[in-house]
Amino acid sequence: MVTFLRKRILSSAVPLVCVVLGVFFLARMTGNPVDLYLPLSATAEQRAEFSAAQGFDLSVPAQLWNYLVDAAHLDFGTSLRTGQSATEMVFDAFPVTLQLAGVTMLLAITGAVLIGSLAAYRPNSLVDRIASLLSMTAASIPDFWFAVMGVLVFGVSLDLLPTSGTLGGPEIWVLPVATLLIRPFGVLVQVVRGSMVSALSAPYVKIARAKGATPRRVIFGHALRNAVTPVLTVAGDLTVGLVNGAVIVETIFGWPGIGKLMIDSILQRDFAVLQAAVLMTAVTIFALNILVDVCHALTDPRVRQAVPA
Amino acid sequence: MTTTSAPAPSAADPALDVEGLCVDLSTASGTVRAVDGVSFSVRRGRTLALLGESGCGKSMTALSVVGLLDPAASVTGGAVRVRGEDILRLSPAERRRLAGPVLSIVFQDALTALNPVQPVGRQIGEPFRIHRGLSRREAREKAIELMTRVGIPEPRQRAKSYPHQFSGGMRQRLLIAMAVALDPDVLIADEPTTALDVTVQAQIMRLLRDLQDERDMAVVLITHDLAVVAQRADDVVVMYAGTVVEQGTVREVFAAPRHPYTRGLLDSVPEDAERGQPLPAVPGSPPELSAVPSGCVFQDRCPLVRERCVRERPSLRATGDGRSAACHFSEELDRD
Repeated sequence: MVTFLRKRILSSAVPLVCVVLGVFFLARMTGNPVDLYLPLSATAEQRAEFSAAQGFDLSVPAQLWNYLVDAAHLDFGTSLRTGQSATEMVFDAFPVTLQLAGVTMLLAITGAVLIGSLAAYRPNSLVDRIASLLSMTAASIPDFWFAVMGVLVFGVSLDLLPTSGTLGGPEIWVLPVATLLIRPFGVLVQVVRGSMVSALSAPYVKIARAKGATPRRVIFGHALRNAVTPVLTVAGDLTVGLVNGAVIVETIFGWPGIGKLMIDSILQRDFAVLQAAVLMTAVTIFALNILVDVCHALTDPRVRQAVPA
Repeated sequence: MTTTSAPAPSAADPALDVEGLCVDLSTASGTVRAVDGVSFSVRRGRTLALLGESGCGKSMTALSVVGLLDPAASVTGGAVRVRGEDILRLSPAERRRLAGPVLSIVFQDALTALNPVQPVGRQIGEPFRIHRGLSRREAREKAIELMTRVGIPEPRQRAKSYPHQFSGGMRQRLLIAMAVALDPDVLIADEPTTALDVTVQAQIMRLLRDLQDERDMAVVLITHDLAVVAQRADDVVVMYAGTVVEQGTVREVFAAPRHPYTRGLLDSVPEDAERGQPLPAVPGSPPELSAVPSGCVFQDRCPLVRERCVRERPSLRATGDGRSAACHFSEELDRD
């Protein structure tokens, strides 16, 4: 297992460096920050002084070299906007996103496993049809539309839920989590149902029933763990999507997460923060993928054995 | 069990009594009858073979007895009596209570019949957890005893292994261990050796026989292998296109078949085949279930067929010595 982890981490290093380089160059294509941060009336000397202070007067390769040397010392620079360290800003914003993603996926997976399994136990039954219809609808609803409708109905018309911000009780979670939840939930119900249908028709399930196992024991004791592999893979992808793509929800509901931080940094040409934020998400995504692989190995002894010790 | 007032079963009563079993199968092109009025019974200690080619309904018959039919198939008639009550009329929960202690089944492919992600010890101990309420640890000890009984070396260590870490023969032993865990009255063995090497087949057959003697089980052996029937079974039920065409003791049926299909099967055993000569075979192939002829089911392939066979389906009638055959002209076979 340790070898397996080391291998996976090492093989993630190359793509990670590519991400860092890509963001570095792409960010510089958005324009010159000097134009944004100094007034139009700024003199040439003032502009030169600002550029020199931020290191923008150097050639791009030289800037890259400085950035890499600093990054190697875990110094990701300071924000042009706030003067705060970029690392600090990212570490402030990231937990917000992680919490949102974590709560969302926990609910989505639990719900999907229950409903998908129920639907799969009797294919084409009424329960199955209702579950299919609901999950298909959930998977197809655009999240921005759902968010705006949620704000309109529950926030404005009914005045039941707060529409923005992170101050308050548990009710502040409802709309953002519901918005993030709906698509992963819909997709996962379909995946759980599909892999449970095939697991439940396997001979070992028949044998379990021949031993007198109750439906609950058959589903959760025998079929589920066999059906879980595709579910884990898809759930991992969806979590990556949440970590990466919470931009819309964080913007609409005013949650100061990493998505919002990235958007703001791009708009403000705040290169240091943007680079740090992207690096942080990239590392998280690689970590998530490794976590999914570890989960595969934990649930399936055949995968565990295939890993060279 | 619900009917506590039922008379206590005596040794002479059959352990399993199937009467007029009908199973319908819904397919894309409509409902077809996959099992049509099948009857047989088997006592403890005896082995009954259900013999027939693929698709003749023998597995479907077995699966309906243990209640494991696919959702597309359903029992539409008949009775399956065990310990004096018709289990087809029991609730799912009542049937579950019989599954393991009374009725049990072994499948052909032990790799897929064992759960790939559970240690085998846990799977073998599971019947004790379900029916006897044993703790995990007690069930494990029981599983190790059973593994020892069916000849798994180093059972204590191997109980922690997973199915893919065993050979085909060992997996079949594990499956058998699981099936006999609670000393069932009836063990159904659905082609238990088809997937195995010939030498391993013989070992598995011997193990089944020993366990049967030791536990006084009735065994229903589902097979298309005439040699297995000859060596292993006491009675045989020959099935064709969802119906029983002949039944009796193996000795008598094999010595003097009273149905042309049975005779065709026996004739197609290549005993003294010569190189270059085509092997004897029953000509043609069984009818599609959606197109079973209205007269005798075997008419299209029968060497004795005549007008009456097309018009009228022969019922299974006694031909003496407890045997029966579904042929209008079975006496003619005797004279050959």
